[in-house]
Amino acid sequence: MIRALRIISSNPLSLTGLVLVLLILAAALFAPLIAPFPTHNGSVVDFAFANRPPSTRNWMGTDLVGRDIFSRILYAYRISLGLGVVVLIIAAPVGTVVGLMAGYLGGWIEAVLMRLVDVFLSIPPLVLAIAVLGVLEPTLANAMIAVTVMWWPWYARLVYSIARSEREEGYVLAAEVIGASTAHITIREILPNCLPAIITKMTLDMGFVIIIASSLSFLGLGVQPPTPDLGSMVAEGARYLPDSWWMTVFPGLAILLAVFGFNLFGDGLREILGVDE
Amino acid sequence: MTLLSVSDLSKTFQTASGPVHAVRDVSFAVDRGECLAVVGESGSGKTTLANMILGILRPSAGTIAFDGAALPARRGPIQRRAIQFVQQNPLSSLNPKRSIGASIRLGLDTYGIGARAARWARVEDTLEEVGLPREMRRRSPAALSGGQRQRVGIARALACEPELVVLDEPTSALDVLVQARVLRLLNDLRARKNLTYVFITHDLAVVRNVADRVAVFRSGELVEIGDTPKIFSAPEHPYTRSLIGAVPVVDDAELQLRNRLAEGT
Repeated sequence: MIRALRIISSNPLSLTGLVLVLLILAAALFAPLIAPFPTHNGSVVDFAFANRPPSTRNWMGTDLVGRDIFSRILYAYRISLGLGVVVLIIAAPVGTVVGLMAGYLGGWIEAVLMRLVDVFLSIPPLVLAIAVLGVLEPTLANAMIAVTVMWWPWYARLVYSIARSEREEGYVLAAEVIGASTAHITIREILPNCLPAIITKMTLDMGFVIIIASSLSFLGLGVQPPTPDLGSMVAEGARYLPDSWWMTVFPGLAILLAVFGFNLFGDGLREILGVDE
Repeated sequence: MTLLSVSDLSKTFQTASGPVHAVRDVSFAVDRGECLAVVGESGSGKTTLANMILGILRPSAGTIAFDGAALPARRGPIQRRAIQFVQQNPLSSLNPKRSIGASIRLGLDTYGIGARAARWARVEDTLEEVGLPREMRRRSPAALSGGQRQRVGIARALACEPELVVLDEPTSALDVLVQARVLRLLNDLRARKNLTYVFITHDLAVVRNVADRVAVFRSGELVEIGDTPKIFSAPEHPYTRSLIGAVPVVDDAELQLRNRLAEGT
């Protein structure tokens, strides 16, 4: 832990990442306490203050119906991070199980599972998600499903490549000679050696999931109004560029900061956990 | 009394450039309590032989009998437990993410040796037997030296209470002083527990120190087998002669110097 802090603090970029991630997590967690206008996360109108540029009252200006953009961004972080966490908590274990089985068992199981993974990876992610949302209704839950469907194969491929090389290690042979079960060898022996890479990837992916989810809602396929979402806020504001620039720029910056933060922090984590590549 | 007997054992690998005969019609027997050294250059089929004895590879032909009964293609826990394995590379043979104790305990859990609650104590007893402190069970392999790791590898085999231990170049990755200590440990353990060793090595100096008998392999065939003193003093096969001829000789003066130094320590 102390070693981890030392590595992080010795690298200004990782430290920036850590600070950004903590700030964003705090913003999402305490949104109702921080937001100057906590009611503005829903259908509220305040036409007296509609379409105002940034001021001391509204730090990031207001939208077309007078809602405080700063407050809405805080609430939008809740949605984005929540979506990211749910997606990764489903995608990472599913991909891990597939990758472990394919990498350790080999043979026809490897062939079938990894070709399936290749099929998923060959479809452009956004197209796959749009297809899923085209079949289902565009809601937050379905956006989660869509992003999860396109995300697990990356974990399968990551874990597969590690498991394949770990399979050749002496400790796996030792467990096989003793006659340990496949479950023991994959979960207790090989998985612990994949965890650092999985955790690092999950951190890096938080940023990317936020981008994809924002892209989907930008296209109107994710979270529906009046729930605040960074992607749909950018889409809404984009119609009033360049005059009402604050409606687009601040939600856009919020996306940027989140992605930037998780990426820098993920890189620092990679160093701490000693993950290659 | 014969513990392990190998008859007409062959292993052929199918490769793109045709079949490769890794082991060809090999027959020999090992008595209980004996140490048989298997020597030969790399590619001579030593490791393939070891893997067949351990049940990692299936023989293409021939049988392996243990304690009077032929071993089946799929071995049960009783048969697995009796034949244990010490690997060459102590760096890769222990899982870097698991404690020393967890690695040693695996056999106990797999074979159901001892009461569950007593297994950690057993693991610690085994550590003591190989000359390591009991507290070491909580340590990670990264904290250990090469020699200590190899002792843990031996402890892992020993914890299963085997009858036969297959040692695949157990000292070749260690430096000389550590090598000598590990060999002494292996000799002690064999005497104390009446273990039987199949000791694979290419180091003839090691052979002289540990083996009762020597089996010489060349391109998958057993060219000569006999008592260690006889193999070293009167090798029959020309290949054995050339192997022994290649050992660097220590002359009398050097030997005396070594003895003097040894007394000084």
